[in-house]
Amino acid sequence: MTRTRRRRLLLVGMLLVGLGAAAALGLSAFRQNLLYFHQPSQIVAGQVPVNTRFRIGGLVQRGSVQRHGHDLTVRFAVADCDASVPVVFNGTLPDLFRAGQGIIAYGMLDKQGVFEADQVLAKHDSNYMSPDVAKALKTGQKTNCMPARMQAAR
Amino acid sequence: MSHSSAMRWLHRFGSLPYFYRVSRLWARCLALPGLAMAGYGVYAGLAIVPPDYQQGDVFRIIYIHVPSAWLSLFGYTAMAVAGVVILVWRLKIAEIFIIAAAPIGASFTFLTLVTGSIWGEPTWGTWWVWDARLTSELILLFLYLGVIALHQAIESPRIAARACALLSVVGVINIPIIHYSVVWWNTLHQGSTIRPLGGSTMETDMIIPLLIGALGFTLIFGWLTLWRMRAQLIWRERRSRWVTRMIHHER
Repeated sequence: MTRTRRRRLLLVGMLLVGLGAAAALGLSAFRQNLLYFHQPSQIVAGQVPVNTRFRIGGLVQRGSVQRHGHDLTVRFAVADCDASVPVVFNGTLPDLFRAGQGIIAYGMLDKQGVFEADQVLAKHDSNYMSPDVAKALKTGQKTNCMPARMQAAR
Repeated sequence: MSHSSAMRWLHRFGSLPYFYRVSRLWARCLALPGLAMAGYGVYAGLAIVPPDYQQGDVFRIIYIHVPSAWLSLFGYTAMAVAGVVILVWRLKIAEIFIIAAAPIGASFTFLTLVTGSIWGEPTWGTWWVWDARLTSELILLFLYLGVIALHQAIESPRIAARACALLSVVGVINIPIIHYSVVWWNTLHQGSTIRPLGGSTMETDMIIPLLIGALGFTLIFGWLTLWRMRAQLIWRERRSRWVTRMIHHER
């Protein structure tokens, strides 16, 4: 390798190292802002600022889904292992919405501590299997109160 | 391979008339198995594999979404490697590669975003969210378009190629961010299904057509890139003696 080429290679290498360091620093500084959602236990513990819109992520608590016949309003609770937050939503729910499903809701806490959502999204996992296999797996496996994919970084 | 024979191979590969001569056969060797495997992957995904326990038939779009996403990352990484070769060794064949691969990579990135959006609407309940995975993939599309635009904007092909090389090398920092975005941050997008180091979270009957399809799409990527490289090469070398001689020969 000639001297010029070695020098150029060194420059490119330094460019990559510098960029990598800059990106790592920048992203770790923005870490909090890149958080997509907060968990119910963080909200109950008061770690989430009030009077501001944010996302809550957790599982739809079993037996908590209530509908009122006359409109689309639905009430349910979003829970993790330690806490649950009541949510009210008026709109169309995604196909995957059901008790035990991981969801992310966007909205604001009201004064009574009820989360008023104006968007509810379903967060599914990265497991794909046929219904038969899923059924076979389900027997003999107890459901997790907060799967790893739904856990918010703190 | 010893150092000198590796260099000899590199020089031979870098020789444009040699590349032009052999690339036609290489492209054809990629095209047939590529089309067959991609065709099998898509067909099996649509018609053979069982529906997903949770998403039903909607998940079948994965057989286009995942190969496209893989190629969007693979294409840009390959361009960045070519970028280093351009910046350090000034190899013409690498210059031609970057320009040839960029529109194909951009197309696969676009396809990834579109199929992801179509998939997200019924399953998540939204066409688009600004989570880390989706946003970084959108930035990748802009990087591809930036390389294409930069090449269009600079008249001298060699200077244009150097600028594109620099952008490719700088932009490659986005590739690990896209890949690990689902690990580092809470995203709406789920984590990786295919894990080369074991523990893939997909039933065997479902994952085999997906892997075959992804390999097929990769071969198609290679085929199209080689074909575009040939066109780019003949245009850039149109005034050289070997191209003139070849054209006279063909008449």
